[in-house]
Amino acid sequence: MAEPFISTPVITDAAESPLVGHYEQGTFGNLDRGAQVTLTERFPLAICDVFAWTGSETKSANAIKRATKLALTKTRDAVSEDAQAFRHAPGRWTVIAIDPALPETLTTAVGDNATVVDLSHGRTVLRIDGGQSRRVLSKLFPIDFKSDCFPLEKGIATKHHEIFAQIQRVGDDAFDIIVFRSYARAFWHALRRSSEEVGYAVE
Amino acid sequence: MIIACPFCGPRDLSEFTYCGDADNLAARPDPAATDQAAWNAYVYDRTNPAGEHAEIWQHSGGCRKFLRVVRSTVTHEIESAEMVGPKA
Repeated sequence: MAEPFISTPVITDAAESPLVGHYEQGTFGNLDRGAQVTLTERFPLAICDVFAWTGSETKSANAIKRATKLALTKTRDAVSEDAQAFRHAPGRWTVIAIDPALPETLTTAVGDNATVVDLSHGRTVLRIDGGQSRRVLSKLFPIDFKSDCFPLEKGIATKHHEIFAQIQRVGDDAFDIIVFRSYARAFWHALRRSSEEVGYAVE
Repeated sequence: MIIACPFCGPRDLSEFTYCGDADNLAARPDPAATDQAAWNAYVYDRTNPAGEHAEIWQHSGGCRKFLRVVRSTVTHEIESAEMVGPKA
């Protein structure tokens, strides 16, 4: 086996959020019923894309499971306190973890079964939680967010105004939205504007 | 229009990119060829049927897979959508 290429892990001390200067904590919008959704940026995180070689999908899923300790299978997405993963295309997973060593751990775990691309520097994860989160998200994405259509832990790939985005349901009313880092500021403003109607808190 | 992607499920048209006539793929001239008439015929001459039509769509805003979609050009009703290419 060739020596695996392992990119530089996330240098958390030097990393900076793309929302610096635009991330104001507090409550905003229509607060007649209080803040009905909470918006947060999850930062810093290690974010990887795992692409299984043809025929190695099951082995790759098991490798992700070993590396992250998630209850992941080839067809089942998973969320834990430390990590989350979902299949966004046949044989392709987005894997997110708090541990900055994730790219290295995953690369070693998948071996010759898949390639791992470190996207930590290129993606931003935003979380929306609260009773009205589906109402807000429905304004932004052509996706059915009802519980039976979008079960817990499921992750999908979609578009927001022609810009690629991924969404994973991480709680009863909580969704993580993964967007390109270069798009994060614009999307953050769109998310805030969409949340004004129901009142929102930024934590 | 909603296309039922075999992997992602039913999704809005805005997530898909049209990639041409599925039954016209074999008619493409050699990419190195410079025969103007052949390329003109391939690019512009369309049978334009009123009714069932097989098309290639990419789910570019989803799983990014290419699909062969059979659709009615009159009603937009979709008869089938199947994955094509590797890992189909």
